[in-house]
Amino acid sequence: MEEIRSKTKKQIKKDRSMIKEKEILNQYYHDLLHAKDDNRKVIYTFVPGNITELIRVFDAIPVYPEILSVQAGMRRISDGKIRIAEEAGHSEDVCTYVKCHVGMILQENMGPTGIKIPDPDLLLLSYTGCFTFMKWFEVVQKMFNCPVVMLHVPYQANGQITDEMREYLVKQLKSEYIPVMEKLTGKNYDEDRVKEMTKLSVKAEDDLVAVFESAKHKPSPIDAFFGGVYYIGPIFNGFRGTQEACDFYKFLRNETEERASKKLGPIGPEGEIIEKFRIVVEGAQPWVRFRDNWKMFYDEGAVCVAATYTKVGGFYEWGFRHDPDKPIESMADYCMWCMANMNLVQRVDLVEKYIRNLDADGFLVASIKSCNSYSAGQLAMLKEIEKRTGLPGAFIEYDIVDSRYYSSANVKVRLESYFQMLNEKKRAKRKN
Amino acid sequence: MGYSMGIDLGSTTSKAVIIDDQKQIVGEGLTNTRSNYLVAVKVAEEDARLDLNLSLLGSAIADSAALKEVKNGLFEALMYAFRYNVHIRKVANLKAYCFETINQDIYAGKRGDLQFVLKKVFEKIDAQSGPIVKDIMYDKSRFFRDIIASIYMQTVEEIYKKFNVSFDDLVSVYDKAIIRSENEVTPLSLSEGIEIGLKEQRDKKALDDTQAGIIMKIMNKIDKEIVIDSMVGTGYGRQLLPFPKENIYSEILCHGLGSHHLFPNTRTVLDIGGQDTKAIQVNESGMVTSFNMNDRCAAGCGRFLGYIADQLSIGVQDLSEVASKAKKVIKISSTCTVFSGAEMRSKLNLGERREDLVLSLEHAMAKRAMSLIARSGGVSNEFTFSGGVAKNQSMVTIFDNLVKEHYGDIKMNVSPNSIYAGALGAALFAKRKV
Repeated sequence: MEEIRSKTKKQIKKDRSMIKEKEILNQYYHDLLHAKDDNRKVIYTFVPGNITELIRVFDAIPVYPEILSVQAGMRRISDGKIRIAEEAGHSEDVCTYVKCHVGMILQENMGPTGIKIPDPDLLLLSYTGCFTFMKWFEVVQKMFNCPVVMLHVPYQANGQITDEMREYLVKQLKSEYIPVMEKLTGKNYDEDRVKEMTKLSVKAEDDLVAVFESAKHKPSPIDAFFGGVYYIGPIFNGFRGTQEACDFYKFLRNETEERASKKLGPIGPEGEIIEKFRIVVEGAQPWVRFRDNWKMFYDEGAVCVAATYTKVGGFYEWGFRHDPDKPIESMADYCMWCMANMNLVQRVDLVEKYIRNLDADGFLVASIKSCNSYSAGQLAMLKEIEKRTGLPGAFIEYDIVDSRYYSSANVKVRLESYFQMLNEKKRAKRKN
Repeated sequence: MGYSMGIDLGSTTSKAVIIDDQKQIVGEGLTNTRSNYLVAVKVAEEDARLDLNLSLLGSAIADSAALKEVKNGLFEALMYAFRYNVHIRKVANLKAYCFETINQDIYAGKRGDLQFVLKKVFEKIDAQSGPIVKDIMYDKSRFFRDIIASIYMQTVEEIYKKFNVSFDDLVSVYDKAIIRSENEVTPLSLSEGIEIGLKEQRDKKALDDTQAGIIMKIMNKIDKEIVIDSMVGTGYGRQLLPFPKENIYSEILCHGLGSHHLFPNTRTVLDIGGQDTKAIQVNESGMVTSFNMNDRCAAGCGRFLGYIADQLSIGVQDLSEVASKAKKVIKISSTCTVFSGAEMRSKLNLGERREDLVLSLEHAMAKRAMSLIARSGGVSNEFTFSGGVAKNQSMVTIFDNLVKEHYGDIKMNVSPNSIYAGALGAALFAKRKV
């Protein structure tokens, strides 16, 4: 564990893996900075169900606009970007990831770390579970006047992936996406290279799943919601299929196993979290108040043993792995199988399964003000999960990167009340 | 005997409750929070201790064989003397602060008229001191700021137009002066107050020196015997209380437990406080099983009513009476407090009656709360309405009707002590720690 002194001189505790994760992401921004000099094409695409290997095989670099907005939020510069987008005419009700990204583009496409993000050579619109993605790239396309390839990813309306759905997507990848990339980069599609990359993907995926599953230990050595943000960084941010990702996940897995063997809890904002409550979280983070929010959990001894949010990009825990023998087909499955593309019943099933498998004390639903596609139905989910598990759920509301919608007093009352309620429940159980 | 105390540091009012080992309420204190959280705690706590002292004094006098001959009405007379002398001192201080305030430059040019109006206003306030004190001796849910504000505003409205002053000037003078007044602790100790009362009784020949001496001895003994074993804090300002973390409880849990203690059959509690509305489900032990509260906006909370009252230049405590004269309910939005106020003014300009508008706004507010109740799990058994807004009779009636309309023939509970429900819950949690 390492201590970092922030500007306010407050000590922030971090795991070694967190430091490593940051190094990898720094490398990513360095690559982006030199992309044009290195004659590498830049592809903007979205995180959920992304096809990183099929971008990297052409030596192109992916850029994920949501991640740019997330990082702007964590660095607390998103409010300014949103204001710029609103001044340009985007309504207050528009997704704040979109507005934050648009604000960055309007400021010479300056990224959250202060490094200029190269303009896109192509927009790969992998439309996965979010209607806004389409409008988002419509706006970005107009700003850069660049080509767009749209991957229409069938929604899992019936909670399953059929052969027809897979074929539909594979056909799009083979006949629309790959030819465009070959033309754009001047390189032929190299399936053998993709197979090699996919083998590396599987290794990283195995290790990541082992990390998430370690939450079954008591105390849990991981925090799958707040800490989970660090765990998913490399795999969802363009490093899947690389040796760097494999090395990171091997390291993370070892670190987690070591913590589990020593019966240590995860590292929270100010050191080890002493587990008092095991919580499952459905919903996203208030990135602008990421550490403040985590601190509220930390102070109460609440460890998030599972979170749906860290499965938005891709979902491996029920057995899915990329298949080196059928890389394109498995890429299609990956696109459709991420959390963002699941229907409400699947999301309820997922939370229920987490609660039961990980022996959780409660669950929390975090609703996002500016995200209708993710937040719609969450109250119904809460009621259904309460009914199925007999556990009380908590409901909190805020926004992802717009601090105007984060009321710390309100969130604090809800969280404290909820944890105290769980405490009373435990107390009554002990008494009986 | 050991006691437990709960302190509810709310956004509008601060409350303190003391319970005995039988979980009976033996002391209550209430004050306004708006000026200063920590002073508010001190005032509420002191008030609750005074209340406990007084009730113990009453019991001791009743049980004393030596005072057998004189005790009929004696305690009430002593309590009145104490409360009355506290009250007139507070009024005198407030009056002095008002007169000091008008010395500020912004009131130059109209100072003479302001002095005249204030003189008239305080004559009226002074004249009502006796009845006010008799009233608050038994109704502990009313406090100084609101009681005086009601007379002040009413008198100002009656006379200000005859002078070269505006209504707003006089409101601002009151606001500035009352803040100073509220930042002071009680200007008279209990023993000083009782001594004044004893002197009055001696002068009236209602008791002799020996009997007065016995009472003073009882007083001193009681004060030493009161030991608060445990304290728990709650409310929006709870983090400011100098208590360890485990003695700080969320107001949701405290309101649930406190309301359940007052009404053991209740399973749903609606608490409308200054800046939030909470729908709470409790089990047979009073433990919270589910809750929901208003999100990012305070529309539909107590402050909503405060804002409306301000817009109409009436006291928040007078809204219920205004609403009782309504003849119809008009559809008004309740999504935003400020917009609702604007809508109200626009409808007033169009000729709607203010009585109808007040009732309509209360309806709009109640409907928001009904949505929270539904989201928290609905109403299955007795429904308890608590928090400061439960003092508004018109809101009580609206909720009674709405709950029956949505959930059938459900018994509704409102306690005169409902404003203390959170502090009571905190005291019950404190008791558990002993």
